[in-house]
Amino acid sequence: MRNPLNQKVQVMKPSGIRKFFDIVSEMKDAISLGVGEPDFETPWHIREEAIYSLEKGRTVYTSNAGLKELKVEVCNYLKRRYGLEYPDKNVLVTIGGSEAIDAALRAMVDPGDEVLIPEPCYVSYVPCVALADGVPVTIELKAENEFRLTKQELLDAITDKTKILIMPFPNNPTGAIMEEKDLREIAEVVVEKDLFVISDEIYSELTYGRNHVSIASMPGMKERTIVINGFSKSYAMTGWRLGYAVGPEEIITQMIKIHQFAIMCAPTTSQYAAVEALKNGDPDVELMRDAYDKRRKFLVARLREIGLECFEPYGAFYVFPCIKGFGMTSEEFATKLLEEEKLAIVPGTAFGDCGEGFLRISYAYSIEQLKEALNRMESFVKRHRK
Amino acid sequence: MREEILKTLDKNSKVAESDLAKMLGMTEEEVHAEIKKLEAEHVICGYPTLINWDATTEERVTALIEVKVTPQRGQGFDKIAERIYRYDEVESVYLMSGGFDLTVIIEGKSMREVANFVSQKLAPMEAVLSTGTHFVLKKYKEHGLPLVSEGGSDERMLVTP
Repeated sequence: MRNPLNQKVQVMKPSGIRKFFDIVSEMKDAISLGVGEPDFETPWHIREEAIYSLEKGRTVYTSNAGLKELKVEVCNYLKRRYGLEYPDKNVLVTIGGSEAIDAALRAMVDPGDEVLIPEPCYVSYVPCVALADGVPVTIELKAENEFRLTKQELLDAITDKTKILIMPFPNNPTGAIMEEKDLREIAEVVVEKDLFVISDEIYSELTYGRNHVSIASMPGMKERTIVINGFSKSYAMTGWRLGYAVGPEEIITQMIKIHQFAIMCAPTTSQYAAVEALKNGDPDVELMRDAYDKRRKFLVARLREIGLECFEPYGAFYVFPCIKGFGMTSEEFATKLLEEEKLAIVPGTAFGDCGEGFLRISYAYSIEQLKEALNRMESFVKRHRK
Repeated sequence: MREEILKTLDKNSKVAESDLAKMLGMTEEEVHAEIKKLEAEHVICGYPTLINWDATTEERVTALIEVKVTPQRGQGFDKIAERIYRYDEVESVYLMSGGFDLTVIIEGKSMREVANFVSQKLAPMEAVLSTGTHFVLKKYKEHGLPLVSEGGSDERMLVTP
């Protein structure tokens, strides 16, 4: 029989986090700080609106790019929060940010084009670039820069084949953000070298003490940036699978074609829920952000008490402490921690090789859960410190 | 920071001062001093526990009583409200806008006990013009927390990207 499989897919490595998940799920009564989604339920008024839409019989397709009402609300939101102005025809409503990442890459990448991916980062960029026949080129971000992308790092990675830069900030797994001054320098290089940016801003609502700035708002960037955002993190709506992309019309039009043939349209119920989220959800976002901020401060203070070094992260819901002083790899550390203390924390290497020596601790947990987990971490650290 | 302390305690009065300090980026001493101050100023009036008595064997009856009163010269409603809230049976007293003046919430062991309180203590008061008693049949939510069990288990997978 012939090989039924596609070469690109066959060589694709399964997500590193998957391997760890398999070990964790074997273990009974383990507690975890390994989850990359909010612990809050979707606010009730949003769920209520979805239920109402079902009662009303709104169970049919929407137009490919999404409900007009939702696209208009997305535009209002982006203007209100980040000063980004787009007409609603420049919006594509997708199945989570994930589909938007995939569609943007497929719409823009030609075989052999290099796509720059700052790591550590979310797990899907590299495989999606490969599936789009592009060449993923990773940039290793550094702890001493608080895992921000610097101008020099970017310049060093650019070749004459470079076409796209992915900007994953606020960052999963490091919690790093890019402030306006950082973005300005990156934007200058992008414009000068005639690159495009796919800016994954799914955690944009979760920044602490500093406001999120979109790179699309930098001079000359709007016409060369696809902004990706969604409802999963800001409104605790991961299971609804709803996100969106906005950008220049010529790119969005092509993305809509891919979306139209692969997906048809994003789930209708979720779209109605999202309209309510954007119209009346600001207070919920604020409440959740406040709660995350308290946990963030608690976690950083506790890690420092234990003696685990970490920079103060200003975004998402992750802390990325360094475990280099223990003579173990991240994976060994995480595995031992799981075996000895029944505490699951994801090794930094699940998010790229340069995550070696780090762990991703999620604080999408209650203070009580964080407290118990950190007590376990403390006894582990005391035992293994060299 | 006061407001932050209050908001946190409002959700969970059991939180340790050391944890509260970390959550708010303060020292333990600062948090302790601020809480003491809030207690002294009677901003924090107590730390009761929210209990779902329906889930216990203890018999309890709650009644909400609408009370019409004659306000007194110089003291408005405060004096009569005080005469009512001094009784141990009285759980809460609110001055209301609208068709009646005071909402009085009574907790008793039985309907008879509540009825006795209303007929023997509350209604005969000189300033009380009328009372309307409503018994609570079931409590669903109090202080922002559902009293009926919701499962509340973490549905998330243990590890996700």
